[in-house]
Amino acid sequence: MSTLVVGITVFVLAAFVGFEVISKVPPTLHTPLMSGANAISGITIIGALAAAGIGAAPLAQVLGFFAVATATVNVVGGFLVTDRMLEMFKSRGDRERQAR
Amino acid sequence: MTAILYLASAVAFIVGLKRLGAPRTARSGNRIAALGMLAAIMITLVTEDILNWEVVAAGLVVGAVVGAWAAVRVQMTAMPQMVAIFNGLGGVASALVAATEVLESEMTGIPAETVVTILASILIGSITFTGSFVAFGKLQGIVTGHPLTYPGQQVVNALIVIGLIGFAIWAGVSGDETGYWVVAGLSLLLGILAVIPIGGADMPVVISLLNSFSGLAAAAAGFVIESNPLIIGGALVGAAGLILTVQMTEAMNRSLANVLFAGFGTEGATSAATMSDKPVRRATPEDAAISLGYADSVMIVPGYGLAVAQAQHAARELADLMEERGATVHYAIHPVAGRMPGHMNVLLAEADVPYEQLLDLEQADPQFPQTDVVLILGANDVVNPSARDDPGSPIYGMPILNVDRAGTVIVVKRSLSPGFAGIDNPLFYEENTLMFFADAKEALEQTVSALRSL
Repeated sequence: MSTLVVGITVFVLAAFVGFEVISKVPPTLHTPLMSGANAISGITIIGALAAAGIGAAPLAQVLGFFAVATATVNVVGGFLVTDRMLEMFKSRGDRERQAR
Repeated sequence: MTAILYLASAVAFIVGLKRLGAPRTARSGNRIAALGMLAAIMITLVTEDILNWEVVAAGLVVGAVVGAWAAVRVQMTAMPQMVAIFNGLGGVASALVAATEVLESEMTGIPAETVVTILASILIGSITFTGSFVAFGKLQGIVTGHPLTYPGQQVVNALIVIGLIGFAIWAGVSGDETGYWVVAGLSLLLGILAVIPIGGADMPVVISLLNSFSGLAAAAAGFVIESNPLIIGGALVGAAGLILTVQMTEAMNRSLANVLFAGFGTEGATSAATMSDKPVRRATPEDAAISLGYADSVMIVPGYGLAVAQAQHAARELADLMEERGATVHYAIHPVAGRMPGHMNVLLAEADVPYEQLLDLEQADPQFPQTDVVLILGANDVVNPSARDDPGSPIYGMPILNVDRAGTVIVVKRSLSPGFAGIDNPLFYEENTLMFFADAKEALEQTVSALRSL
């Protein structure tokens, strides 16, 4: 199999896993889900690191720098803000424990 | 070996997303996904033959500082803007990865099957970038929230799409670098032009869709550099964004095409003139306190107006007081109550409302006939019975919260002005509806003190 076919296979299977896993998420968690998923899409940072680290042409290095920087904002900011939001979600029990 | 380590990251993403599906496990899920990401970054730094360490380090430091600063500082009301920007940055990162591939290929020549994926990555990433920033501008009020339309708009956009296809084919066949940059430029332009005709109230759909796009852009970049974790991570996010997009359009009873191309909200201004001059029953804080104080079951219906008035804490205080008096209190949250999917839930969680009290449309709606008092705070179109009863209404068919089936409805609102769709709301003139004209926060504070002295 060519790498392209393997890639397409992986993509399709992963998309199905995504639909299965995410379609059950209750609306209460949709915002953290979206910002968490958004942080995961920052996985493009792997490509950015390689591009910035290997690029020989000056312009390639400039583009590589911006790729790493934007992807890192996406990853660091995305996971942190999701954590900040999820920290606020408390059950009735959590609230009572806190009050004591 | 490297491939196996990357697989561990991909598994962490899937497990993390799965755990994000329940309030109890969500926080750990997010951390597992973050660990997977950290592992992937480490593996890349170790296994790739990185020559320009200073470029890499500079990018990581700048990105981490900006990202962390934004994440700590952002107000919860501004989460939609924040997610919009992050979507855009993820998109542009993927496009830049593909662009550097084009630059580097000067020496080596681009492999034929990579051409398509490079073009896809540049195209999707660039559209996501500019589209997200226009969406940000609309949410932030920098760009007008009204749909910006002009004659021949669809034709112009269609011409750009045709041009994109033409230049993409030319770039692929001739191998001329210029073709790629033209595709990038046209994609950036298309991102702007595609989002400006969409009304501010439809931004939840647009953000969900752009979220999906940022995933697809990452997946496309994964094809370019033949990296499975990018393809898997991108596909997961693409699926997540698409599910939320579909759920939002269903909650508005609109098709995705209608949201993207119809310029919804432009015709609203005319129908606002048909507002009813029927009498309404006005309520004082004392009236509201008496209704709420002697109710056994209360449902609070929050809308974005509640968040604008910063009244979530006041609402929670009132709810606590009613619970002390023995009532059961729940919040009924329509999918489009906030400015992105689940936004209102985050705003209420911030005000320490336990998540068991937050009911979605399907959970809340059957309960209204058994509910004594419904308190509507800053919501309008999502409780408009016209959507159910009036086939001529622009929002006819939209799933609503049927609050008029409850015993008493108290509507807290500044005035009788219509909502974003510009439609009069017959609920306000119902016999069992009390209109409490005030700012949501003041109204709640006055009701709390009236209830205390009851």
